Order: sequence, then C-alpha cells, then structure tokens
Amino acid sequence: MSDIVRVTRRDLLKSELVLGGGLILGFHLPVLRVASGAEPSPDVFAPNAFLRIGPDGLVTVVINKSEMGQGVYTSLPMLVAEELACDWKTVRFEPAPVDPAYNHAKFGTQVTGGSTSVRTEWERLSKAGATARMMLIAAAASGWKAEPKDCRAENGSVVHADGRRTAYGKLAGAAAKLPVPKEVALKARADRKLVGQRVHRLDSPAKVEGSALFGLDVRVPGMLTALVARPPVFGGTVVSFDAAKAKAVPGVKAIFQVPSGVAVVAADFHSAKRGREALEVAWADGAGAKLSTDGMLSDYAGLASTPGAVARKEGDVAHAFPRAAKRIVSDYAVPYLAHAPMEPLNCLVDIKKGSCEIWTGSQAQTWDRDAAAKITGLPPEKVSLHTTLLGGGFGRRANPASDFVSEAVHVAKGAGAPVKVVWTREDDIRGGFYRPMWHSRIAAGFDTEGRPVSWAHTLVGQSILGGTPFMPNPAADWIDETSVEGAKELPYTVANIQVDLHSPKQPVPVLWWRSVGHSHTAFAVESFIDEAAHAAKKDPLEYRLSLLPAVSRRRGVLELAAKKAGWGSPMPKGHGRGIAAHESFGSFIAYVAELSLDSDSQLRVRKVVCAIDCGEVVNPGIIEAQMESAVAFGLSAALHGAITLKSGRVVQGSFDDYPILRMGEAPGIEVHIVSSTEAPGGVGEPGVPPVAPAVANALYAASGIRLRSLPMTTDAIRAERRKA
Amino acid sequence: MVSLSINGKQYQADVPPDVPLLWVLRDHLGFTGTKFGCGEGLCGACTVHIDGKAEFSCQIAAGDVGTRKVTTVEGLPATHPVKAAWIEEEVSQCGYCQPGQIMRAAALLAAHPDPDDAAIDEGMDPNLCRCGTYPRIRKAIRRAAGKTSPGGAA
Repeated sequence: MSDIVRVTRRDLLKSELVLGGGLILGFHLPVLRVASGAEPSPDVFAPNAFLRIGPDGLVTVVINKSEMGQGVYTSLPMLVAEELACDWKTVRFEPAPVDPAYNHAKFGTQVTGGSTSVRTEWERLSKAGATARMMLIAAAASGWKAEPKDCRAENGSVVHADGRRTAYGKLAGAAAKLPVPKEVALKARADRKLVGQRVHRLDSPAKVEGSALFGLDVRVPGMLTALVARPPVFGGTVVSFDAAKAKAVPGVKAIFQVPSGVAVVAADFHSAKRGREALEVAWADGAGAKLSTDGMLSDYAGLASTPGAVARKEGDVAHAFPRAAKRIVSDYAVPYLAHAPMEPLNCLVDIKKGSCEIWTGSQAQTWDRDAAAKITGLPPEKVSLHTTLLGGGFGRRANPASDFVSEAVHVAKGAGAPVKVVWTREDDIRGGFYRPMWHSRIAAGFDTEGRPVSWAHTLVGQSILGGTPFMPNPAADWIDETSVEGAKELPYTVANIQVDLHSPKQPVPVLWWRSVGHSHTAFAVESFIDEAAHAAKKDPLEYRLSLLPAVSRRRGVLELAAKKAGWGSPMPKGHGRGIAAHESFGSFIAYVAELSLDSDSQLRVRKVVCAIDCGEVVNPGIIEAQMESAVAFGLSAALHGAITLKSGRVVQGSFDDYPILRMGEAPGIEVHIVSSTEAPGGVGEPGVPPVAPAVANALYAASGIRLRSLPMTTDAIRAERRKA
Repeated sequence: MVSLSINGKQYQADVPPDVPLLWVLRDHLGFTGTKFGCGEGLCGACTVHIDGKAEFSCQIAAGDVGTRKVTTVEGLPATHPVKAAWIEEEVSQCGYCQPGQIMRAAALLAAHPDPDDAAIDEGMDPNLCRCGTYPRIRKAIRRAAGKTSPGGAA
C-alpha cells in the first residue's frame, strides 16, 4: 500500500472521517473528543436537564455556560460530582442546547457573563447532583429490599451498611423509573470531598492534543467559507460594488450584499480572502466619518465640567467642596479597547428546509438563536445552536445585537449552502463593539488631616445597555449601572458624595469588555485615592485603611497583599511598588505591583502579588489561573491597548499596532486566596480592574510620574519626563 | 497539486502553490489543531515545525515547503515532555493558542535543552496568549526541560 494520502476538498466534504488531526463533522458536535456519554435509552438515568448516568457508569454533566478559558467545564461538573458522590474519573461534560431549562438563573436568558456562572449555578447543580444521589440510593435499597437510611453513596457506588455495594451504572435503569424527590439535602461543608480541591481541568487533554474543537474548526459537508467586506466607517453603507475581479478569483463562488456589507463566498478561506481583496466597493461613510478620538477627548473633558445625570448623591458636595481645607481635581482618560480574543470571530450556519443549524462559540445562545429565527423566518425551536469551545470571549461573544451570528445567517441564506463566515484579525480589531472610551473627573475636598470630606466624580462615556433589551422603557431617569459601577459604590468614608454621568451617543458600537464599567472606574478611583494619600503625606496603604471600616473584606485583601509583597521594605532605585484594591462581581481583590523604570523610560512590571477574597472556593487552581489571566489582560490595557479613530476610521488593525502582553513582559504573579465561607463571588472579571491603578501607583512611587491616561506607554512616560 | 510531508506521512492537496501552509493544513487536509490568529506572523497561533524548527505556517506558501518535514501539534506524541508538562502545570485556559505555544516550546527545548528564564522569554516571544498563561508556560517549559535533560525520563 502506498503511504500517500490523496485528499481533495470533495473527499473532505463528502465524508465523515478522521484525517490526521482533523475531525470532519457530520451532524453531531463532539466539542471535545471525550468518551461519549450514554445516548438516551431506558437504561440511562437523567433525573434533570443537567445530568445523566449511563449503564456504563459514565456521568455526563450538561453545561449551560460557555467555556472560554474560565474553567466552567471543570468547576460546574465539580459541583454536580460533589453531591452525586461519583468517581471524578467518570465525569464527562457536554455543552447544553438552547432551551429555557438552561437559562441564566437571574438574567432569564441563556448567557455566560457577569462572572456569575459559579454564583448562579452552585445551588442548582448541587441539587441536581444530590437528587440523583438520593434516587440511586433509593434504587439500590429497593433492589436489596433494604432501607435507604442504611445505604450511602460513595465514589460512584451505593454501599449498604452490611457491605453490599452496587455501581451507579448498574443502578441507572432502576433509578430512572423512580419519582424525582422534591426536597433534597445538600452535604455539610465539612463533608465535601471535591469542592475546594485543586482538581485538574477536564478540558486540558484535548486542548493540549490539538483535538479541542473551536468554532473555527467545525466543518459540515458541502460547507463554504465567506469573508464579509464591511464599511470602513461605523454606520457606513454600500453604495455599489463591482464583483467582476473578485469573481475571477479561483474558488470564489458567490458575491452578494448582506445588511452588514458585501459577502464573498468561496470554497475555502484563502480563496474568500483573495476574493475580498479583489472586490471593489463604493461606500457611503455617513456621519461617522467626522469622528476622531482626538476630538472626542476634548469634547469629553468639556462635558466632565458640567453636571450630568445624578447616579448617587449624599450630603452636599457643592457646599462642602469650596469650604474644604485642601482640594484636588484630577482627570482620568481611558481609550476604546477591542477584546481581541485569539480565535477570530466565526460562525457556521447550515439552513435547510424547515431548520437551521448554527455552530459557533457563543456566550449568549438565546439571543443568537432568536436572531437567527427572525432572519430565517423559522420558529426558534427549529434553530439549533451548537456551542463550541470559545477561543477567548471576554464579552465580545455575548452581543445583544448578535452581530456576527446574524451576519452569518444572512450569508448562509444568500448562498443557499452551509457557510462559515470567518473574520480576519483586522476585521476583529476594526469591527467595533469596543469597551467605551471614558473620561473621569474627580474633584475632592480634604480636611486639614488630608481626609476626604467631599467627593464629586463625573463620568463621560457611551452607555453599553442603552438601546438594548436591558434598558427600561420609559428610560427617563434611567442610569446605566454598567457606566458607573465601581464609582458609585465608593468604598471609602466620605461625608459628601456625588456621582454624575454623561452618556454621549457615538456611532461606534460598544460592548461589555471583561469587567465592564469597573475596567475604567477602578483606574480613576484607585489612582485618585493614591494621589490623595501622597498629598496628605501618608502611606498609600495606611491611608486607604484609615478610610475603611475596621472590619471589611477590602481591608482584608489589602492587608494580605501588602504583607505578602513586603510592603514598605526598601526597593532599588528606579523601582517602585503600587497598591490598589477593588470590589466587583461579588469578589474583592488587591494587588501590589512592583516595577522598574529605566533611563530610557522603559517600564517593566516585575511582580504582582494578588490577594483575592471570592468567598467560598470551588477550585483554587482555577482561581489562581484566572487571577494570572486578569493580570495579563489588565496589563495589556494598562501598558498598550488603545483603539483610536481618524476621520471615522479605526487606526489599528492587528497585534502590531494593537499589542497585547508578550511573554517577556509577563511579571511573576503570586496569588493568595482568602479562606472564606462568604457566598461565592465571581473570578473571571474581578481581577482586571485593579491592575492599571496598581501599576500607575507603582510608576509614581518609582519615578514621581503620575499618568492619568491609559495606556501608560513609553512615549507617554517620556513626554512626562520632558515636562518635568 | 502540492505534495507535503506531514507528521511522517505524504499528502497531496489540490491547491495552488501560493496558498499558505496554514490553510492547506486546516481547510484541505483537516489538521485543525494548527490555529489561525492573525495571518501575519504576529501571534504564533499557527506555529508548526518545519524540519524541526518552529515556523509560522501562515507565512510560508505550501508550495515552498518542498520535501521538508512538517510536524503539527497532532504529530507531536501525546507522551512528549512538553505536552505532559502542559497538563501537569495546567497551562491551558481557552486553549486556542496552546498548540502554537506547545510547538514553539518543543522546538525551543530541542535547540536549548535547559533554557533559563531569559531564554524562555526570548524563545517564546513570537507567541501570544490573550488569556495570559505566560507564567505557567514558563513553569511547564522548565518542567519539560527537567525531563528532557540527560538522565531525564524522555
């Protein structure tokens, strides 16, 4: 036999076979090549939507949250397995289909966001596991003609006090016939075996083998690939297009207009890309062409000196501020930011008569499914959305506007064939749905001891929730809480507080970006409090503690991070330590950042010590990983990230001009988790907000340079040094 | 028609020779472990070995590979010390960049069996990770180096 394997596209698309590393898909979507859970049959025990046990004893946990790196495919099965008392080695996971059974317990729609997965699923999944455990015990007891109270569940078996033992797999068929109990008792904390342990991630092996399937890796028979030419200016439209040259590109199959631009459909990615390069489109730019972020900066600064909608008012800042012994007014600015997940956006859509199937890494399955139903005219239950692994999400893949899914449905509809729409990196960076640009002005008055007596924070930036289903109607006095979160709940004791908000409208689409409003408010608040400490000639840690209640979780993380970092110990010349703390998504985090600044203004963050109090812990290993991740994500924004516009056009396009942190810039990171029995908090997002202020405060400590605009680039530091 | 040696086997793909190796691997031969991140050699998600050296597969035309041997993440044995270390150190988060990181790390260790942190930082510089798994990548490479050094298990 010849060793030569001849593969044509035709073979690839018509067969379902495993070739090399690639799995060619038919109708099922094995997101990871895990040993498959049992298919529905009389011997399968599925007491609820989240769990089934097959006669082979394998436990399949159905996960209603999207895995984008935060570890839900491990932490959520742990909650089930704890109560089920099964052997962890028998646990498999499977992404949930779109169904109200899988709705977010608070948001009423199937969505992964707000660092809520563990918080909102803990009870539901624990009960799912406990229910199954009780039924398995009942089934075993019935078979043994024994009392359930004499039986216990242990490591995947029911065990009788007299030593008899039956494995769950053998009990599945009998358990499936029993009534589901209404009341279940959960384990006492002291009896937990799995929750709280450093359990290895279930998705690691496939991700290391290269067999893990992301949206971009999915294929179906007859699939084509499309790129879409989108307007270079937000809000722009197609006037006309000339497809002659593009159609001449080998492999290009069809070119047509869709609501978001012009689709180039081809046999494969490379042909589609060549086709799009050859496509000539005349665009109408519209009003967006006037927009420049330089102009917006001065507009926003102007607005910040005028009263806005009042988000919080206590006492009377107008009275207190002018009478204060000392006053500080500082302005902070942060730019638009792209999420830039490593996996560019993509969505595969297969529309058949009476049905539509979608494969994509969605964070918001119901919105995306419903958008597809509307476009195809199908009832929602005829639209199946298969959630693949997400090559990063950070909020970009949960869009109330369902932008990339809607677009792909339009393209598949137009092509009359299954089509995967793929975004290039430039499409992603220039595609909008950014973290909004923000301007903050904090004007505070202090007493003679340097303690704040008056605090006025005025924020200027676009609303994310405005115009989405989250906005109430009527919305007269409505404040978008995501605009002011982290600023409104000022943790420090101040008698007179006012928080004002301006929400200018811009043609630039905006969206939640890992930690949402906290991503900008923490920078302003925690930088300002540092400035106030230095103005009062107080140690920044001591100053913060003096303004906090005697017992508080924020105090706890500040003290822990400071202790572990050796706060106050001498540093070499040119080095500095900065501290910052922030509460968000139910968790408290403090960082001490250590950095050095050389004579060439090159800043190097050397070490970050993190203390986190996120309440009860499911998996400390995943929490540590999320803190490391948040530090890197926060540093990318603090040191590099900025999306700017000139004449309405996004200036940046890829990782050369929109850099993210590289290996050589990654600091050493220590994570210390506070032991706590408080309700669980989030871990995906809360680590991001305090990174930038900790670094800005460390830069000040190292050099006396106070940067109030992000990113803190070498050029920005040099400019400050020239001023000095 | 382009002929390629991939993971020890010969393949022929009916594509023009100027198609980047990345897209021949992914779209035509089904090796989807090799990822698309930028298409410009800026992120390293597409890293494969060509004759043992780490290369951006998005930057080389399939027709220019010639008789050189291509290894993708699927071709690196599951028992390879780098893959084992990646599991032990729990490196992956979203996991999308990890095939590229693993291929880069394996080539680095083949050339420098015992790299210090500076050598790791320099060697791994071409590969981006948006999840920020860098500290664990460093640890995993050190762990794998221990196993690949003389007297080690590999």
